[in-house]
Amino acid sequence: MNSILRVENVTMQFGGVVAVDNLNLEVNEGEIVALIGPNGAGKTTAFNVITGVYQPTNGRVSFLGDTIVENHPQGKLKKLYKGEHTGDYTQVLAPTPDKITKLGMARTFQNIRLWKDQTVFDNVLIAMHCRTHTNFLAASFRLNHVEEQAQRERVAQLLDTVDLYDVKDEPAASLPYGKQRRLEIARALATQPKLLLLDEPAAGMNPQETQELTAFISRVRGDFKLTVFLIEHHMDLVMDISDRIYVLDFGKLIAQGTPEEIQNNNRVIDAYLGVAEDA
Amino acid sequence: MIQKKSKKGAVTALIACLVLLAAVILLENISLFLPAGSVPNVLKPTSQLFAVLKKGAVYSLAAVSMNLLNGFTGLFSLGQAGFMLLGAYTYAILSVPVADRAAVYYLYGGSAVNFSFQDMFGSLFGAEGLGGAVSLGLGVAISMVLAGCVAAAFAYLIGLPVLRLKSDYLAIATLGFAEIIKAVFQWQALGPVTNGANMIKSFPTFSSFNITRADGTVLLRLSTFFPFLVSTICIAIICLLINSTYGRAFKAIREDETAAEAMGINLAKHKMLSFCTSAFFAGVSGAMFAMFVTNAQAKVYTTTMTYEILLIVVIGGIGSVSGSVMATFLYVACSEWWLRFLDNETFLGGIQVPFLRAGFRMVVFSVVIMIVVLFFRRGLMGSRELPDLLKKRSRKEAAGS
Repeated sequence: MNSILRVENVTMQFGGVVAVDNLNLEVNEGEIVALIGPNGAGKTTAFNVITGVYQPTNGRVSFLGDTIVENHPQGKLKKLYKGEHTGDYTQVLAPTPDKITKLGMARTFQNIRLWKDQTVFDNVLIAMHCRTHTNFLAASFRLNHVEEQAQRERVAQLLDTVDLYDVKDEPAASLPYGKQRRLEIARALATQPKLLLLDEPAAGMNPQETQELTAFISRVRGDFKLTVFLIEHHMDLVMDISDRIYVLDFGKLIAQGTPEEIQNNNRVIDAYLGVAEDA
Repeated sequence: MIQKKSKKGAVTALIACLVLLAAVILLENISLFLPAGSVPNVLKPTSQLFAVLKKGAVYSLAAVSMNLLNGFTGLFSLGQAGFMLLGAYTYAILSVPVADRAAVYYLYGGSAVNFSFQDMFGSLFGAEGLGGAVSLGLGVAISMVLAGCVAAAFAYLIGLPVLRLKSDYLAIATLGFAEIIKAVFQWQALGPVTNGANMIKSFPTFSSFNITRADGTVLLRLSTFFPFLVSTICIAIICLLINSTYGRAFKAIREDETAAEAMGINLAKHKMLSFCTSAFFAGVSGAMFAMFVTNAQAKVYTTTMTYEILLIVVIGGIGSVSGSVMATFLYVACSEWWLRFLDNETFLGGIQVPFLRAGFRMVVFSVVIMIVVLFFRRGLMGSRELPDLLKKRSRKEAAGS
């Protein structure tokens, strides 16, 4: 199996607070990998480093074999930096999120971030903008109608796959919560990703909706030949669909393995339930 | 699944534009066909009506270009007057006939730029008759496009540092830019080019487009038609842009920058595109403003002018092109024409009507604006367009019947 995403020695410090501490993980092609951990463990920060929102204090992220994010402590941060400094990072790469998305990595957000006033159809159509080849003037004078037509048809297909075609002309904000989540995934799919990052896709969902989402993610993975990397709190969902699980606590990786291994790991149980005082 | 975008809307819009332009020509020339004594005052070429229509056409383009930036891309910029000034001066400098340059620049012993497009084409096609008309049209068109380009080029340079700022900070930076440009253009050392603090005049204006007979009487008036034509073309282009894939990306940036960036939209590039396009059309409208007031003078392009345009955008509805256009004509008509009577001391039955005196118009005007801002917070149109309203009405009628 080929590694699609590799995170090496990533540390993210906000001043003296270490949100992610020397994180190493790997996602292979075709897998569904979950990142779990108690609240404030640094899961979303890890996502933000991978997608280019934050520049890590130290570490490297590779995607499809190429290094996409790389940094080592410099200037003031050198004094503050609490982790190990491997010293072999010479280059500093800090691409903006849009460049990383163009490489084939798409994400959803923990608190849904749709373009609320736009219709469902337009939300997905706008996400295809990053794959258009027409320049500004040609697009303004409608010299791109072939491409535009093809995009519109793909949006319709995509909305049909995620069962949102019947609400395509509604404003995104008017959809019920579960559908907004699905729309966000559809929007991410429209950027033609190879790796899909889902930040708590089941947050705020009832068990019934969670079950539907589980089925939906597995189906989408098959249909679009995706690799999925997700953060989640709903253990049923995580245990159901993940091939492998990483567990973070206070920024540190405390366990990794298959769902069975994680379920029986004492450190994970301690992190979630707390350590008994007389133990 | 076939997603055909219907062409009906575009065709209707095109027909509407042509009808509007035809109506303007008709309105403007109706006085030529009526017997001399029976022309109502309002239709005489000196009537306020035509001044309002011309200024409205100029301002509507300025307002729509500001709306493109403030309403559709969500960048709060107050540099509009600065870009209009750049456009006005570029147009003026490139259009003053060579023969008149010595008179215009008499303080500086002639102009540093000794050529004009109109003269250049005049020497090609002849300066009289049809050749003269062609060279006037081409000269003005090219100067106006260049006016837009100069404004856009400045916008690019300003945008490099300034577009990293957000909301109020961007507004302050662009406001500062407009003030600096105004001061620079009044600088004595630039006199041979910009004529210092004096005005540049003698260039072709709107009334140059009237077709006259050899004896000087007017055959066909086109002086109101011309600004309408230019504004209609420019606003149509802006509408096309707004509905293109780039326009949709602009709206995504307005609604959620983080999400837009995460979906692969390059923020720096798209903000710059929007900023430069807006400046281009502001430059064109600045050139037209110079034609309207028949001179170019830096001290006219004040912050007040920017606020005037911003006000129009807000009244019309941020994010609505048709709202901006309607608000422009309402605003200009009120401030220049309908509320004029408030400035005149009036006697009714021998008693002076209280309050009516010079300056009272602005008091009433401010109150009206406050009422609009308080009670119509989203403006006349909100973010809807005129066709949306018509569509909704027809749907309601269908449901009712």
